[in-house]
Order: sequence, then structure tokens, then C-alpha cells
Amino acid sequence: MTAGIVLQVAQTLLALLLAPLLIGWVNICRAWLQGRSAPPLLQPYYSLRKLFHKDATLAHEASPLFRFAPYMIFACMVLAAAIVPSLVNDLPFSPAADVIALVGLFALARVFQALAAMDIGTAFGSLGARREMLIAFLAEPALLMVFFTASLISQSTELPHIVERLAHQEFAIYPSLAFAAVAFWMVSTAENARVPVDNPTTHLELTMIHEAMILEYSARHLALIEWAVALKLYTYSVLGIALFLPWGIAAAGDYTSLPLALAALVVKLLLGGAALALLETINAKMRLFRAPEFLGTAFLLGVLGMLTHFLLEP
Amino acid sequence: MSLTYHLQVVNLLAAILLLIAFAMLSQRRIVGLITLFAWQGAALATSTAIVAWSTGQHHLYYSAALTLALKVVAMPWFFFRLVRQLEVDREVETMLNIPTNMLIGIVLVIFAFNLALPISQMAGTVTRSTLGIALASVLLAFLMMIARRKAIPQVIGFLAMENGLFFAATSATYGMPLVVELGVALDVLVGVFVLGIFFFHIRETFDSLDLAHMEKLKEH
Repeated sequence: MTAGIVLQVAQTLLALLLAPLLIGWVNICRAWLQGRSAPPLLQPYYSLRKLFHKDATLAHEASPLFRFAPYMIFACMVLAAAIVPSLVNDLPFSPAADVIALVGLFALARVFQALAAMDIGTAFGSLGARREMLIAFLAEPALLMVFFTASLISQSTELPHIVERLAHQEFAIYPSLAFAAVAFWMVSTAENARVPVDNPTTHLELTMIHEAMILEYSARHLALIEWAVALKLYTYSVLGIALFLPWGIAAAGDYTSLPLALAALVVKLLLGGAALALLETINAKMRLFRAPEFLGTAFLLGVLGMLTHFLLEP
Repeated sequence: MSLTYHLQVVNLLAAILLLIAFAMLSQRRIVGLITLFAWQGAALATSTAIVAWSTGQHHLYYSAALTLALKVVAMPWFFFRLVRQLEVDREVETMLNIPTNMLIGIVLVIFAFNLALPISQMAGTVTRSTLGIALASVLLAFLMMIARRKAIPQVIGFLAMENGLFFAATSATYGMPLVVELGVALDVLVGVFVLGIFFFHIRETFDSLDLAHMEKLKEH
């Protein structure tokens, strides 16, 4: 039990440390692919340090909610990162939430984000919050469908059981997961505010979705939100790994294969980050009103995944 | 799961076939449509070759090679050239908007899966569970033919339907006799060339590939 708790803490700290590195790696790959000179790998850390050393500026109208929101969002993301198995399966935190509760956890963070964005009363904040909600209410059911496909295979909505079924039992190819994987990619671009749904590096307020919501934040609040964004991307990457490429995650109680699990995780994150950068480079950001169509497609693919499960995997 | 690995790969390829059918339904550009069609042919050829290898049905190798040569290389090349010559790579106009198309598509898939269930129980082949997917691809391609206005997407829909039928034949009865398959392949090939010539005539007459113009019988 103590070993489990130690590992749980270690896995959460690892998530906190690796998340900015993942963002840095994606930025490097993007720069390479676009023929620019790449920023250093540790650039997200430098930005975080700079932001934490600044003094925070708040609008006069800011309510306590506005100040509280970054802590709440950050806490949600840390909890989510702790729940998803990345190194070892079935850690003490894992039973705290199944995949449905995990979606709820992301939703909680999003609600606070949107409320805080509307709190100041600037036009761009409300605009960003509305767009975020438009995207989110379409992305959530699609994400649930992806999870349900995996749950149908493993007969459980608990992530440890899903990973156990997919990684540590007899190897089988599940065609339904091919649909779910495409749907998951589409949803995660929407949820993490990446191209083609949103552009994380945009400077044009009128096209912003996520950036528009955090325009009013500064210093430590902004740092926490940026870190939470990195953690969210990391959590989604680890979720994708757990659902579609789970081989390498150590089985419950199997502590000897930890170094292997760590190496596998790093390699998969490196490849996944490069793939994300590639997909972001070859796709253009789409018009906002194309996003419902994009996410509707993701939802349909999730449903198709479930249907093919019934047809092909008796 | 008790299936052997190559059959699992066939199932995976069947799923990819369906995925591509949906991608074609939602594709707005003709060039993208042609690329997807080529990929569908590639998935079909691979799955046929795997079925041939795992069941020892040698004539299926010829079908796979024929599919590869015709549907992955020859026809996409022909269509690309056609699109360049006709200069028609703009957004494809659909009768219904894309989300509605997709919704109808999913209803068709459910219908096809249910329809195929009793049929596949009668078939004696190891690949019978993919029959539902083959049927769904046929219906989706049919939907694409109905929902598109321009001539080239309709022809690609027709060819995708042929892909689905071919896959159905492979999964239900290990393919048709080679003579029949050769005949069908030749027919499709000739059909595509004839339609290619038609495109030029349609455009010369109506200044557009929109087939809605052809519904008017009156001379202008």
C-alpha cells in the first residue's frame, strides 16, 4: 500500500514535470516542420518561472471567483493526471474516478474557466467563453462514445480495468478501436484548443477560443493556467496511450518493470508529440462554424466504433 | 477472442473500409475524394490478399492484383488527369449538408448491420462477420451517388459501390469465379473511360458538370 502511494505521488509529480516538456517538444517539432528555428526545449519552464516572479494585475471588477479559478483549474488537471494510469496500472487514486467522472472533471475545470472569462465583463472574455461552450458541449458526448467503445471491450468503465484488458491479456486487434482512435484525435484537438479547431499560438483576438478566455490573466494566475493547459494536453496524450497503445504500462504491483514503463512512456510521448505537430502543420484552422460538423463527425465515428464492436468482436 | 491474427487483420481492414466510406461521404474536395478512393482500393486489395493467403484460395490473389492495378493505380491516375484537364477541383456541392449526410449514413450502417446478421449466419466462410460492413459500404456509396450533384463524385460513388460489392463477395463466398471478376473489372474500366469522355461532352454542352442541368429536356 505504501509503495502504491509513493508511486502515485511519483506519477503525479512526473506528470507535472513532463507536461511543460511535452508542450516544448511539440513547439520544437512544429518549428522544425515549418522551417523556423526552434525554441529551447525548456522554454515553457522559462515562461512559467518568469510568470511566477511577476506581480499579478487584476481588473477592478474582478470577483473572488476570478482569482480562485486558476487554482481550481490547476487542481482539476492535477487530479486528472493522477487518475490516468501512465506508468503503473491500478494505483491508489485510480478508483477515485472512472472515465465518466474523468469527463466530468474536465467539464468542472471548463466551467470555472468560462465563468472566470465572463467575470471581468470584457467582450473577448465572453466571446471566448461562449465559443468554448459551443465546442465543449459537442466534444463531450464524442469523448464519452470513445470511452464507451473501450468500456464495451473491457466490460468496465474503470481505466485500470481497460488498460489491464488491453495491455496485459491475450493480444487481439480491435477494429472498433480504430474508429475510436480517430474520434479521440478529433475530440482532443477540440478539447486542447489545438489546430484545426483552435490555434494555440494565435494573436488575432477575433479567431481565439481558448486564448480569448485567458486574456485578462497575468503573472501567477496565468502561469497556473498555462501549466494546467500543458497538463491537460499531457493527460489527453496519456489517455490516448492508455486506450490505444497501452503496451508498456506496468501491471498492478509489478514494480520491476518500472524503468521499462518509463522508457516506453517517454518514447510514446515523443512520437505522439511529433505526430501532433505534423497534424497541426498539414491542417489549417477551420472556420468556427465548421467545428460543429467536425465534432459531429467525431461523435458519429465513436458510435460507429460501438456498432463495429457488436458486429466484429463477439 | 478466438479468431486468428490474419482474420483479425481482415476485420481491421473491413473497419478501415467503412471508415474511408464515411470519410468519402464527408469529403468536400474532389481531389481528396479520389485519394480516399485509392486508399479504399488499397485496403480492399490487402484484405483480399490476406483472405487468399489464409484460406488457400489462389484465384483471390488475381482479384487482389487486379484491384491493386485498377483501383489503386489506373483509375485514380485517370481521375487526377481528368480533374486537371477539366479544372474542376473546387468544393463539391452536396444536395444535403454534410452532417445530415453523416446522420443518414449512420442509420444506413445500423440497417445494413441488422440486415447482414441473418445472412452472415448462413454463410460458411470465416470472414462472414464482415458482410455487414460490406453491405454498409455499398449503401454509403449509394448515398454518396444520390447526394452529390457533380458528375465525378457520382462516378466515384459508383466505383466505391463496386468496391463494397467486391468486398461482400469476398467475405460471403470467397469471391466470385475469376471469369466473372475479370468481366466486372473490364466493365468498370470501360465504364470509367466512357464516363470520362461523357464528362467532356457534358461540360461542352452545359458549361458545368452539375447534372441538375441534364434534368431539363428542352433545348436552350
